[in-house]
Amino acid sequence: MGEHILSWMTFFPVIGAAVIAFIPSERKEIIKTVAAAAAAVPLILAVQLFVNFDRGTAAFQFVEHYTWIKSFNIEYYMGIDGLSVPMVLLTALLSFLCIIASWNISKATKGYFALFLILEAAMIGVFCALDFFLFYLFWELMLLPMYFLIGIWGGPRREYAAIKFFLYTLAGSVLMLLAMIAFYLNVQDPNTGGHTFNMLFMMDQANHSAWLKATDIRHLLWLGLFIGFAIKVPIFPFHTWLPDAHVEAPTAVSVILAGVLLKMGTYGLLRISYPILPDAAVWFSFTLAIFGAINILYGAYCAMAQTDMKKLVAYSSISHMGYVLLGMSAMTSAGINGAVLQMFNHGTITAMMFLCVGVIYDRAHHREINGFGGLGLQMPLYTSVFSFALFAAIGLPGLSGFVSEAMIFIGVFPVYRTVAIISALGIIIGAAYVLWMLQRVFLGPKNEKYDDLPDISGREMFTLVPIGILVLLLGIYPMPVLDLMKVSLNNLIKVVAG
Amino acid sequence: MSDNAILTTALVILGLPLLSYVLTFFFGRMLPRKGDFIGVSFMGAAWILAIRIFICFWKIGDPAYRVEASFTWVDLGSLHLDAGMLVDGMTSVMLMVVTTVSFLVHLYSTGYMHGDRRYERFFAFLGFFTFSMLGIVLSNNLFFLYVFWELVGLSSYLLIGFFFHKHSAANANKKAFLTNRVGDYGFWLGILTFFTVCGTLNYFELFAHVHAGTISGHLLAWAGVGLFMGCVGKSAQIPLHIWLPDAMEGPTPVSALIHAATMVAAGVYMVARLSPLFGATAMLVILYVGAITAFVAATIALVKTDFKRVLAFSTLSQLGYMVMSLGAGDSVNAMFHLTTHAMFKGLLFLTAGSVIHAVHSQEITDMGGLRKKMPITFWTFMIGTLALSGVPGFSGFFSKDGILGSALAFGMTDGHYIPFILGIAAALLTPFYMFRLTFRAFFGKPADQERFDHAHESPWTMTVPLIVLAILSIFVSGFKTADKGWFSKFAVPYDVPAIAAEFHLEASGGHEDVALADEHAAPAHEEPAGEGHETAVSGAEHAEAGHGGHHDVRHTAHIRAMFMSILMVILGIGGAWWVYFMHKVDPSRIQARMSGLYTVLQGQYFFDEFYAATVYRATLWWAAVCAAFDRYVIDGIVNGTGYLTRMMSWASGLFDHYVVDGAVNGVAVALQGAGEGFRRLQTGRVQTYLVYTSASVLVLIVVYKVL
Repeated sequence: MGEHILSWMTFFPVIGAAVIAFIPSERKEIIKTVAAAAAAVPLILAVQLFVNFDRGTAAFQFVEHYTWIKSFNIEYYMGIDGLSVPMVLLTALLSFLCIIASWNISKATKGYFALFLILEAAMIGVFCALDFFLFYLFWELMLLPMYFLIGIWGGPRREYAAIKFFLYTLAGSVLMLLAMIAFYLNVQDPNTGGHTFNMLFMMDQANHSAWLKATDIRHLLWLGLFIGFAIKVPIFPFHTWLPDAHVEAPTAVSVILAGVLLKMGTYGLLRISYPILPDAAVWFSFTLAIFGAINILYGAYCAMAQTDMKKLVAYSSISHMGYVLLGMSAMTSAGINGAVLQMFNHGTITAMMFLCVGVIYDRAHHREINGFGGLGLQMPLYTSVFSFALFAAIGLPGLSGFVSEAMIFIGVFPVYRTVAIISALGIIIGAAYVLWMLQRVFLGPKNEKYDDLPDISGREMFTLVPIGILVLLLGIYPMPVLDLMKVSLNNLIKVVAG
Repeated sequence: MSDNAILTTALVILGLPLLSYVLTFFFGRMLPRKGDFIGVSFMGAAWILAIRIFICFWKIGDPAYRVEASFTWVDLGSLHLDAGMLVDGMTSVMLMVVTTVSFLVHLYSTGYMHGDRRYERFFAFLGFFTFSMLGIVLSNNLFFLYVFWELVGLSSYLLIGFFFHKHSAANANKKAFLTNRVGDYGFWLGILTFFTVCGTLNYFELFAHVHAGTISGHLLAWAGVGLFMGCVGKSAQIPLHIWLPDAMEGPTPVSALIHAATMVAAGVYMVARLSPLFGATAMLVILYVGAITAFVAATIALVKTDFKRVLAFSTLSQLGYMVMSLGAGDSVNAMFHLTTHAMFKGLLFLTAGSVIHAVHSQEITDMGGLRKKMPITFWTFMIGTLALSGVPGFSGFFSKDGILGSALAFGMTDGHYIPFILGIAAALLTPFYMFRLTFRAFFGKPADQERFDHAHESPWTMTVPLIVLAILSIFVSGFKTADKGWFSKFAVPYDVPAIAAEFHLEASGGHEDVALADEHAAPAHEEPAGEGHETAVSGAEHAEAGHGGHHDVRHTAHIRAMFMSILMVILGIGGAWWVYFMHKVDPSRIQARMSGLYTVLQGQYFFDEFYAATVYRATLWWAAVCAAFDRYVIDGIVNGTGYLTRMMSWASGLFDHYVVDGAVNGVAVALQGAGEGFRRLQTGRVQTYLVYTSASVLVLIVVYKVL
């Protein structure tokens, strides 16, 4: 597997899905075991990536480059750099843990796990693809399993949520498609002189045609891509699909949605928009900072007003993704590194929160914040774990969320001081809604209604503890992840900000 | 001790409570006595090590001597963040204060918390708190100061909410955390400003930068106010003081350790440690905030009947003194008062715990006559009270006196007399409310005979800490003021020019990787001269003050302040004796006559009500508005778009059906009709065809001719 490690990571889950297709549906245990095994392989390979990744270069590594559809110059071009490595690691980890967290799925088990594996394949593909067409293909491929996972295994309003998610994302994809075609027609392959989907060629401004060099066109293309990616992040005001999708989706799907899918928006901006249209990125950066601030504060205020635990966590995601935007807008080393670190950290922390919400939902069959109280006495271990996740979410030092938020503020403060000062209010409001929820759910006198709720189980702890350890370790010493990305990201800043 | 040995020892002191936390948290339940011996013994070891460091610095005898070590924590090429440790005289004093009180509180808690179902958790949290607090003390840069600053906030949250099944405790810990976050908001922005402008967060490098004028003017003032906001939150100064009285919901040992002796003093320590970073404007803010807090809190303490609350408000008041001292440019006396206060206030809270443990009530209206039942508690309490009241000879006298003297000196040189007046008024109130407490709880007749009968002296684990702290409350001052006694070996104002010279920063101001070009352009050293506020700007002036007119002013001020404060103590104690011991005046009659004032004081000036009516309500209202906007407007637009699309597809369906399809079908019908017609023409007979053909040709010819 050494040669084609990225392809193996991407397509091994597909093989797993294919195997599952041949297992009779009533053999549920076997299906689940196969799914877990199929998701474990990318995780093992991810560890191998982490070990072997060369931290000293900004160049793409583990590259696989083949001609695919010759007549349109479409290539099978995979490779990773410091920006994609953390995302690939995150995807492999969360996918595996989510398979474990889905152990209780009893409805159409076979379809669920097959779709989940296809979803994983598409996600890893997105983060590895270096050919725009291939990227787009994986991007669209994600939609389908996600649509069914929400639409079939979701809550009461699942169909509404699934369609909303699907159409919204599709609308974004259309804009991305148009931009992609514009690039395809206006970027010249320096070797052959033909059109190309190769992202690396697109990043080299010398390959751009005269039409593509016009400022208005570049701004227009930037905006097209931006809206496409903004829907995924999601950036205010394109965010309302998210709370619905989260609330209706089954726990593991929420985890993937918040943990990985949201990152694709910001990943796309950094992978495609920033290097291909660096001047437009600079032009837009202040607006991006404003969007970041709005996301942070608006998301936090909306979260405060929620009475559904899952919705609260969903809005907190919007708020926390705002920090990523804020960091990206700064275009300083601290800002961008902080932003990507925040993408990773939000992935782990929010995953913990959704898993924890799932734990209580499985037991009490509701998520009304005001319907609980005093769980701290009934479920002490669960309380500790959930509190850990919540404190990580409000940026408590010693846990990973703090490091990235601090870096983002260090990065953005010299550039957009006022925006930074306003955004920093988010650390107060964030603490307010989180602690208020913590109080209403866990503190106070014991609620007799829940006297027979069992504490968190071993399997549930198995899904939470690895993430928790990661959150703690990166909070104490973040360099292992920063080392992976800093060379590539500093190079990106050089490209964009000159 | 070599420098390395000092650092290693300090690191061990930091590590011991963390280890205690980990062991007790994860394994306490399985150990005999739930592992409380781990906490006690580890803290005892830490205490001994702290004494070693203390003795070492005593021998060195040079307050400017410091040992530092850093390592790179985050390195991104253009961004460096270091983690580092600093040990100097001030650190060694703080290490002593923290480990002493922490060890004694650990020991005391084995008695006080005995039988609690989360006993091991309590010790784990105490360990975690001690670790975080020591982290604050040992950090050598602002970033890690902030890190541990937040961690003590967390431990405070966990310990205030230790009895979280009570609604009051669950409210109090949330309130404490959030109020502190408001302060930390400013603190964090202050840190960001310093980092952006100076490119470093190491204390001494920052001092050098300030001296060199890298940061000055408005920016320095705002950054200083920002940092001070952190102190306002953590050290519970007005207007963010509201959390501290509620924090008394925590178990009493916690109140002693965290909310009296150590954590709340962290804000004072921070400002004292960073004193050169505060410009004249910031210092004036600090001075007034401290003075107002000292006075206002003392007035509230006059009317409270909850034993712990009286002590809580007296803590607020004393913290106000320390902050006032910082604002008057006398950070050494602030630290001295911090040290003495830690001893006697820790003592007072522990005696309060002993009393509460005995009578199972916190209300002084349930007490009375306890002097005979609990002699050790009573006598130690008396010592604490005398120290807090500032009775000559006791430690509080020397430290409080220094503060009042500095405040008066500041008034005499700068014309700001109000802080001193507030301070001296608080000095009158302090002995009064403390002796009110003493007379009502320990003297007179028992108010509740049943409780009185059950009361008993506490076990040795609780009384030994009381005795140790009582001894310290008497002797810790060394019977001298800060600048004359042992304290002067450990803390003097920073010699900022020397520090600047160390970093070669006398003249330069250039730091290229920062973008605040406009502030760079601002002229350096622009503010101090105009306001004539010398003491505040840096320690340099203190050095000069040693010989000159300023020294005389200070000397005169200190003498005057001492006489005034002794007078205040006599008046205060005498007043309390007159009212609560001799019963010459009925307090309820005064209360009735000044009912308005009484209501305001009993209502704690209605800060809580004010915040509830404004900040809380506005926040919740705005959250609801945002959520509604999200649900109805934004999602409304999304769903509306979806609805419109459906409507349009329905309309286009109708159009398709009737118009497009109608047209298609119409054409088909027409063709069919035409076909029917033409079919009739197709007869199969040649003659008929011939006729048609001829006719057609004829028509064509005619048409051709006509055209």
